Amino acid sequence: MELFGLSLAFYLLGALASLAFAGRETANHLGPAGAVAGSLVGLAGLALTPASAVAQASLPWGLPLGSLALGLDPASRLFLLPVYAVGAAAAVAGSLALAGSEAAQAGPDRRGTHWFFFNILLAGLALVMAARDGVVFLIAWEVMSLAPFFLGSLHDDEAEVREAAWTYLVCAHLGAALVIAFFALAMGQAGATGFAALAEAARAGRLTMPSLLFFLAFFGFAAKIGLVPFHVWLPAIYPAAPGHVAALMSGGMINVGLYGLWRALEILPPPAAWQGWTIAGLGVASALLGILAALGQGNLKRLLAYSSVENMGLICLGLGLGLVGLACGNPAMAALGLGGALFHMLCHAGFKSLLFLCAAEVLTAVGSARIAHLGGLAKRMPAVGTLFLLAGAGIAGLPPLPGFIGELTMALAMLAGLDLPGLLPRTASAASLAALAAVGGFALAAFAKAGGLAFLGAPRTPAAAKAEAPSHAALLAPLFLAAGLVTAAALAPALLRFVGQAVLAFPGMDPAPARAALEQAAMAARTVGFFGAGIILLAGGLLWLRARAGAAHGRRREPTWGCGYTAPTARMQYGAASFVEPAAKLLAGPMGLTRRLDMDPGLFPKRATLFVVSRDAARDRLFTPLFEAVARLCDAAKVVQHGKVHLYILYVLATVVLLLAWKLS
Amino acid sequence: MNAWLHILAALVLAPLIPGIINRVKARMSGRVGKPLLQTYFDLAKLTRKGLVESHTASFMLGVGPAVSLAAVCGALCLLPSPASPAPASFGGDFMLAAYCLGLSRLALILAALDTGSSFEGMGASREAAFSALAEPVLFLALLALAVDAPSLSLSGMLGQGLSGALAPERLFVPLLLFILLLTENCRIPVDDPNTHLELTMIHEVMVLDHSGPDMAMISYGAALKLWFFAAAVTLSLLPVQAMPPLAAWAAFLAGVALVAVAVGLIESSMARLRLLRVPRLLGSAGALAALSLVLTVWR
Repeated sequence: MELFGLSLAFYLLGALASLAFAGRETANHLGPAGAVAGSLVGLAGLALTPASAVAQASLPWGLPLGSLALGLDPASRLFLLPVYAVGAAAAVAGSLALAGSEAAQAGPDRRGTHWFFFNILLAGLALVMAARDGVVFLIAWEVMSLAPFFLGSLHDDEAEVREAAWTYLVCAHLGAALVIAFFALAMGQAGATGFAALAEAARAGRLTMPSLLFFLAFFGFAAKIGLVPFHVWLPAIYPAAPGHVAALMSGGMINVGLYGLWRALEILPPPAAWQGWTIAGLGVASALLGILAALGQGNLKRLLAYSSVENMGLICLGLGLGLVGLACGNPAMAALGLGGALFHMLCHAGFKSLLFLCAAEVLTAVGSARIAHLGGLAKRMPAVGTLFLLAGAGIAGLPPLPGFIGELTMALAMLAGLDLPGLLPRTASAASLAALAAVGGFALAAFAKAGGLAFLGAPRTPAAAKAEAPSHAALLAPLFLAAGLVTAAALAPALLRFVGQAVLAFPGMDPAPARAALEQAAMAARTVGFFGAGIILLAGGLLWLRARAGAAHGRRREPTWGCGYTAPTARMQYGAASFVEPAAKLLAGPMGLTRRLDMDPGLFPKRATLFVVSRDAARDRLFTPLFEAVARLCDAAKVVQHGKVHLYILYVLATVVLLLAWKLS
Repeated sequence: MNAWLHILAALVLAPLIPGIINRVKARMSGRVGKPLLQTYFDLAKLTRKGLVESHTASFMLGVGPAVSLAAVCGALCLLPSPASPAPASFGGDFMLAAYCLGLSRLALILAALDTGSSFEGMGASREAAFSALAEPVLFLALLALAVDAPSLSLSGMLGQGLSGALAPERLFVPLLLFILLLTENCRIPVDDPNTHLELTMIHEVMVLDHSGPDMAMISYGAALKLWFFAAAVTLSLLPVQAMPPLAAWAAFLAGVALVAVAVGLIESSMARLRLLRVPRLLGSAGALAALSLVLTVWR
């Protein structure tokens, strides 16, 4: 708890220092230094306390409502881990990326405020996860929700960036409104603001309308998690934000929605099976639609954004199945579902932030993140290419990388779900396993596309052909994350037990069978670890044999076989749209792909242009019409606001008369 | 020891399967055909050749085949031997096997994209799309086996045979695994491994630019993958676990050979489907798998 406080202090110091030195190069050192120091101290705090420990602290609080109650328990620590790890990596990467860049540009140097909000975001995230009081939680939530708006709009001279930041702000606050409603309702009914008191009230049955509370919390936090259809801000803000901010948002911030949902579920009365199925159902929809949309994207960062939607969907699937297991008295399913979801959350945070940092290096080197402008980068930036390809394989859940363990644990929960009573729950468990398989297959296709077309093959533009490898220092942050992920793969059983502490602390969990189920998953993870080591050794041995064969029998370079065509160009390669064409023929609707062919008329057209665009269906069909309707309504309400003062006085008079009449009657 | 015997058998005998298929096809069309051991000769020849790499390619062209072969070997380690469980097994290990095959596929797709050739890109994109559609079918089929099995590992699920009450859905699973064999190994009716028009192919077009030891690893890996699925079909049909070891081995090897013959017969008697029809084939296989699973759960 002391180290947690110290880390918060470092964040705040970093924030203040970067404000104080705003406009100078020093801000670009002090801000990140505060973030790194805070994160490292936080990580040390996590490492030094036993995983199952529970700490509480209460501080003086000036407000009439609530109390400054803070605490750390296994769930808080688990969710703080990616915040600290990704926070440190993103700060280092951001400091290097922004060094000198802003000063070279015309206009004011905005790095001081940028690092202020960066540190504030980290502090807000840490505070959300330590808050043990509804009021403190909401304040921290608001701070944490506002900061990314300023971080994401660093380059706000571009219209696209401004629009993306607005989209984020609106989504974040629609979600926050529901979260506030949830806490306000719960706190009003319980007559207390502390989490423990709220949970006590729920157990005593004093929270009426638990279903309404559940939906308020679920939809409110789902907006932060980015579940379909509340995901529209992800593909907008991630491409617009600087790379290190996108890394922090995807690795550290988005999980806070899951954390909020986790706490809300702990507070609410024991979950009913339908609540679990609701979360799992929306999770499956997000996972499938997210990965199909990712497959259709032509921009590397948008592809990564949709992949976040997919992974958050998978996590919610595991979470939902865990709740079903709790509700139906199947502790193995409950422990494996929740444990798999949390493990996957950790892996996603690591892999996704690593991918975003790699994409940022690509953007710096080439000047574009559109796959149509990239290609052949692995030859020019081999370290970034290798990291991206490995992280892509990892986020697609392939062994021996740790992403597989999370998916395996969730699959074990689905297998345990085959023992549920009744045909329908069993079929639903089986269907979720099939969905997991389909998502895995399409994720593989999406990352084969992202990695294969951006980093392999021939460069598609002169800029890609001239791309320069980043400096060694710029590789520091990606390598730090990669080292963390390799450790996670090597120590997967231990990490699974760490995750298990949070699962076992979930109210209503039967500890003995839950621990046994998690131990079984940890043993499976151990087998997978040995297995993965075997595969790596075998592949290494084969590569050694190959090198020997090449040395013995000669090795030469020739042009790629072009089927007899002697003048191939890089433009003839398969591109982003052509790679997904077989899938798009079948699934153009869910992938959001529309195509338009412009061709000269006649039998022998001279010119033809094909446009393939992927649009977001939820944005186009749901939110745009909705907000246009709201705008029309607001326009219609303007008739009462006409600038005629005598009529305004009449309004006042009418109001007073009405109030008097209401009071007197 | 016994557990590793199956892996040894697979590593030694797998190249025979393409030989059997080709011999059956040749006999059906009235030719004598290549020698049964042709794949061994090809492999021996390829390993003695030098490497020719594309100017465009980076490290991935060489890494792909090695990782792909290693991952297929990994998947094979999870299949039970006819007379004993697999060397490594745990509940849910079928997922590891499926994802190992996925890793092998990803490695080959990336190696294909590394050449910058549009033909290889075409093959890679089809492979990615079709196998994404095949994945849920595989999981559903294995789940239908898992529901009745004493344990949730491949060693517990396979080798039970069609025991218990005779029900039609039990026959679905071997059939589905056979369809998946045809899809995942790019055989007719999904893909024609023999055509010389690159435009019609999936797997063969992905490996156009590989040569020498790389090509040997790819061919050997393809043979091992064929063995994996043939063995899975056989083990899902035959109750080898209940047989004495020698009889089990004999029945198993005969079964694998028969699966290879069946593939050859299908290739001689059918045409390749239009590519647009392949998802329909997989869709109906998925529906059959779902039906079989629901029936198994229901009973």
